[in-house]
Amino acid sequence: MINSRIQIGLIAGVLIALGVGLTLYKAVSLNLPLLPGEYREVWTVESKTSFTPAKGPVNVELRLPASLAGWVILDEHFVSSGFGFSIIEASDAVSTARWTRQSLDRPTTLYYKMQIYRERSDRALPNMAADVPTKPLLEADQQAAMDRLIDRIAEQSSDNESFALLLVQELLRDSQDQDRLFLLSSYADDSLALILDTLATANISAHELRGIELEDGRRRQTLSSLLEVRSAGQWFVINPQTGRVGLPANFFIWQRGDGAILNITGGRNSSLEFALVSNSLPAKAVLGMEQRADEFALLDFSIYTLPVEQQGVFKGLLLIPVAALVVVVMRLLVGVKTSGTFMPILIALAFIQTTLLVGLIIFLGLIGTGLWIRSYLSRLNLLLVARVAAVVIMVILMMAALAVTSYKLGLDQVLTVTFFPTVIVAWTIERMSILWEEEGGHEVLIQGSGSLLVAVLAYLAMSNHWVEHLTFNFPELTLSLLGVILLLGKYTGYRLSELYRFRDMAGK
Amino acid sequence: MVSPLTLRELGILGMNNRNIGFIGRYNQRKNYSQADNKLKTKSAAIARNIPVPELYGTVDYQFQVSSLSDMLHNRDGFVIKPSQGSGGKGILVIVGRDGDHFVKSSGALIDDREVRRHSSNILAGLHSLGGRNDSAMIEALIDFDPILKDYSYEGVPDIRVIVFRGVPVMAMMRCATHSSDGKANLHQGAVGVGIDIGTGRSICAVQHNRVVSQHPDTKMYFDKLTIPLWQQVLELASGCAGMAGLDYLGVDIVLDRLRGPMLLELNARPGLAIQVANQAGLRHRLLAAEKIADSCDDDGEKIALARSQFAAHTS
Repeated sequence: MINSRIQIGLIAGVLIALGVGLTLYKAVSLNLPLLPGEYREVWTVESKTSFTPAKGPVNVELRLPASLAGWVILDEHFVSSGFGFSIIEASDAVSTARWTRQSLDRPTTLYYKMQIYRERSDRALPNMAADVPTKPLLEADQQAAMDRLIDRIAEQSSDNESFALLLVQELLRDSQDQDRLFLLSSYADDSLALILDTLATANISAHELRGIELEDGRRRQTLSSLLEVRSAGQWFVINPQTGRVGLPANFFIWQRGDGAILNITGGRNSSLEFALVSNSLPAKAVLGMEQRADEFALLDFSIYTLPVEQQGVFKGLLLIPVAALVVVVMRLLVGVKTSGTFMPILIALAFIQTTLLVGLIIFLGLIGTGLWIRSYLSRLNLLLVARVAAVVIMVILMMAALAVTSYKLGLDQVLTVTFFPTVIVAWTIERMSILWEEEGGHEVLIQGSGSLLVAVLAYLAMSNHWVEHLTFNFPELTLSLLGVILLLGKYTGYRLSELYRFRDMAGK
Repeated sequence: MVSPLTLRELGILGMNNRNIGFIGRYNQRKNYSQADNKLKTKSAAIARNIPVPELYGTVDYQFQVSSLSDMLHNRDGFVIKPSQGSGGKGILVIVGRDGDHFVKSSGALIDDREVRRHSSNILAGLHSLGGRNDSAMIEALIDFDPILKDYSYEGVPDIRVIVFRGVPVMAMMRCATHSSDGKANLHQGAVGVGIDIGTGRSICAVQHNRVVSQHPDTKMYFDKLTIPLWQQVLELASGCAGMAGLDYLGVDIVLDRLRGPMLLELNARPGLAIQVANQAGLRHRLLAAEKIADSCDDDGEKIALARSQFAAHTS
């Protein structure tokens, strides 16, 4: 007993010291701030070029983005095992990555990863010489329809910008105008090509602006396009999907102007996809990375060195120890009864995806309906395993029904219902209904609200900005957490709930 | 609310202290099954000549459930329970028959199907520790001592004795009530009556952790209660400690009208509510019991020392 006490004390002490020590080292010598001060949102963008090779040599050329509109590229990585690789600096701002190989026999993916952040908040694009628009060659009936459309819009517009805007809106509008419908169908509904051709016919300089809409956690994002129009000696950005003017803040420009981004010879079925993760990094650390990118990578044992998708996973995983600590404290020190030891953590993880209020409502709704259905199932005299399986299926059906109805009603938030782990919900229903039969509704209420309370507290801890900052930037603190939990495992004092439970004893 | 200091002075044992200081320290994991599995407990008790309720039979596999009525056809009263149940869960008490139906202890009628469903649930591990597959055991109905009859409503009262290293440390009687559905489980609303180790007389009664003076259903006052055959009860409890190989043990005993004290089941993780029923803490007594256990080997001596040291009534 004494022996194991000392052992635990030693191990816990070493773990806590190690975690805190490493944290302090990183804070002092790497200048990573302990407090979440001023933050920069750093995006890690990973482009995945996939293709199926044909016979013969393969040549893949990927246009690389330039730093535009306030974005700065911090760090670039190319993965090209087995390929010849070179970067071609064609002109001042345009560079291309080229992968070459004599022959290849199976579908391949090439990776290019970079870290970008917004240095300036103004999103102005540098001026660019306007090229004289080249009029497209059209069929006679297309030409006539387009001329009529141009005449009609030109009448309502004052300059090139308003012309382009009206054109975009005209095409977005759900009108039955014959010219509009004809032109759209002859362009196979490619409205951007139609807009570009119409603007060229109207003698207005315009080009495509291609890039990525940055969305955290997306794994298969594709390129999207904006429209840039020359008007009164300036360029204007218009979103052809929404008709809004101006460059959106979350748009990272890959290429300004025409030309292909991806060029593959000796391959087919090519695709270009992007995985995106955003990290809030302390501004100081970002500056450091910029200045000494290589040195930093050596010194840093942080999660940033992992591939993007794993970074995203670890961002969530590293929060789980914090939730575990909350559970340990609530159960051992406070004495809250929960159903299932670590079920509250799973509920809390689901809350992170759904946000708290929506999550609570969905969770209570699912459990409530589930209990009701389960009480019917219990009358049918089924074997336990079959009954739990039936509840799992019922839960999935309820989730589907909830998602469909909420989508129809326009409640997008309820769609996050899918983040609730189905099996966990089903087990919760099963356990709660057994508890109901065995110990009555009172006990269900106590354990259910206990679980929810712990889940909410764990959620609050995990979604705390400071906690997020510490766990992600100083993952070694997890060791300290482990030490604290080991120490708590040897706590023999009273629980808070016992001070209430034994309240009648003091009267003696 | 009480301050932790007061609780410490009173020697109240907390859940964490119980788990680490006593269960974790004194009870070896490998011996748990001796208490958790009632079939094992029963066969060990029979081997040591410790009286237990008669076992009518067991149901180990699902296919046996359909032939359950054959097994029961000449039994009027019986108890079906999971052999590895916890906290008194899953115990079905049948006190008689009414035509094709069975009569539960509460007087409610249930049919064959209900009994089979209950057995299937037991086999699937619904009531068992950790949800493991389990077997159902069918036992004789206990014909309990009429002296205790008025202290329990629709259920058998049992006596829980905490035994530490062979020394009986604290005891209480658990009386079923209407709100506990005939079960002698304090969680479910049974009344716990603290019993003086020295004399077998009642000390104090609690329901839902609050002090009560009379049974909520039968209206009997608990202060007149004295457990008969007290010395035998304590001897039975002490004897079980050696049998189970568990140093910190809860022994549940029933008093049969003809056969006297019988072992009902053992509990390797006895609860803490017994302290409220006795209006006394366990910690001081456990420390004293440790000294008693170190000083003598004989069960009789241990009981004698315990009866003199842990007596609440000085008269």
